[in-house]
Amino acid sequence: MVVPLLTPLGRAFLAFLETVGRLTLFTGSTLWHCVRGPWYFRMIGRQMIEIGYYSLPVVALTAIFTGMVLALQSYTGFARFSAESAIPNVVVVSITRELGPVLAGLMVAGRIGAAMAAEIGTMRVTEQIDALVTLSTNPFKYLVVPRVLAGVTMLPILVLIADIIGILGGYLVSTTQLGFNQQAYLQNTWDFMEFEDVFSGLVKASVFGFLIALMGCYHGYHSRGGAQGVGTATTNAVVSASILILSFNYLITGLFFG
Amino acid sequence: MNQSADTPPKLRIRGLSKAFGKNKVLRGLDLDVAAGESLVVIGGSGSGKSVLLKCILGLLPPDEGSIQIDGREIVGLGGAELEEARRRIGMLFQNAALFDSLPVWQNVAFVPLAQKRMSRKEARSLALERLADVGLDAEVADLAPAELSGGMRKRVALARAIAVHPEILFFDEPTTGLDPIMGDLIDRLIRSCVTHLGATSLTITHDMDSARRISDRIAMLYQGKIVWQGPMERIDEEKNAVVQQFVSGSTEGPIQVTL
Repeated sequence: MVVPLLTPLGRAFLAFLETVGRLTLFTGSTLWHCVRGPWYFRMIGRQMIEIGYYSLPVVALTAIFTGMVLALQSYTGFARFSAESAIPNVVVVSITRELGPVLAGLMVAGRIGAAMAAEIGTMRVTEQIDALVTLSTNPFKYLVVPRVLAGVTMLPILVLIADIIGILGGYLVSTTQLGFNQQAYLQNTWDFMEFEDVFSGLVKASVFGFLIALMGCYHGYHSRGGAQGVGTATTNAVVSASILILSFNYLITGLFFG
Repeated sequence: MNQSADTPPKLRIRGLSKAFGKNKVLRGLDLDVAAGESLVVIGGSGSGKSVLLKCILGLLPPDEGSIQIDGREIVGLGGAELEEARRRIGMLFQNAALFDSLPVWQNVAFVPLAQKRMSRKEARSLALERLADVGLDAEVADLAPAELSGGMRKRVALARAIAVHPEILFFDEPTTGLDPIMGDLIDRLIRSCVTHLGATSLTITHDMDSARRISDRIAMLYQGKIVWQGPMERIDEEKNAVVQQFVSGSTEGPIQVTL
């Protein structure tokens, strides 16, 4: 009676352990090859453009609307306590600490993580990864390292831009709709801006960039069985990257401000 | 095949076994390929032909057995030594496996470009030379692999495999998915490239016409072992029931056909 119930449980647990082991090995190899050359600089450059440049519109739109909503929402709340003057503070702290990195991370996870998993997954099922190996090229060095390095370096830059655009969004709404004085708003924003807030956001961004690229590459690399396998890999890459971003966001926040 | 005792064969496989779960694909396979010969391994779909190639290339770790190239064991090698061994092997994949993010010429000159052994200009002229060797003109050099027909993709893949002058060439189902005329052309190209390079070649196929055109010697893989091997001319008179059935393409015989 008990055994039929326990069998699937045990099997699921073993599958979980297998995944953890495989992911650990994958991460280990990735880090090892990141610090050991040769590096394919052309590939790194290509990925930097793909991640950094082509994600700009999406990240910028996300940031500006977030900043605008933030100003609007905090106004409706704070007006009840006549605390409207705290709006620049709220906007700058929430954008630089949390919303900038997290929302940019999630958007890039959807855009880039999916693309990486689909591309590497297709290369896996069409034997292009095997072909790389037979052409004495290490797939980690050629495919994974450029994506991870580009993710780690480009995400902070994207988030810095998102910070600026988000604060601009809040500024626009506050000065045009909520009757704030332009100069006073900017002065307040500047006064409330802490180095630690911005810095912690950029550290988060770098970690998120690593996680997005790692998940995209990992799921693509281990995809199996044709078009369906690549589809599953793509979904898994985005979902796992998003969950990891949210949980690491908590961990890093705890480290900086806990 | 006469093999003098002191020169080891180019490729020597002994007791090679590989299982996936309970499915024993290779069961103690023995095979020698002499230097400069063209050996074709025939066998049904799912008989483990591709697994054999992947084990030799180190893409799959064998469960048991030994694989030697020029008398040097390659099972269990890792890192730089394995890469060194692989450098001597070129491979033509069943579906060409061209890198679809790169134009044709960068596919062909992939190794020199990746290892920065020559300038891009030199690499390009090398690629054009290799493309000419397989009967493709310079116009295809800047196309993307997706724009090519099946036969052209195979030829580009062949050009890529021979670009670095490997000592050993593997061909995985070279004629699959091609019309008979294109298949014949690819076989001729393979034959001439191998002769030209003086390479040793190992081809796996289930296409008997192709096997006859390419091979000096044929080996039959059945139930994870080589059940017969001999010169190509002898295969038609062979009494071995498995070989007879495979060559004649009959559903009646020892080979079980599962529908």
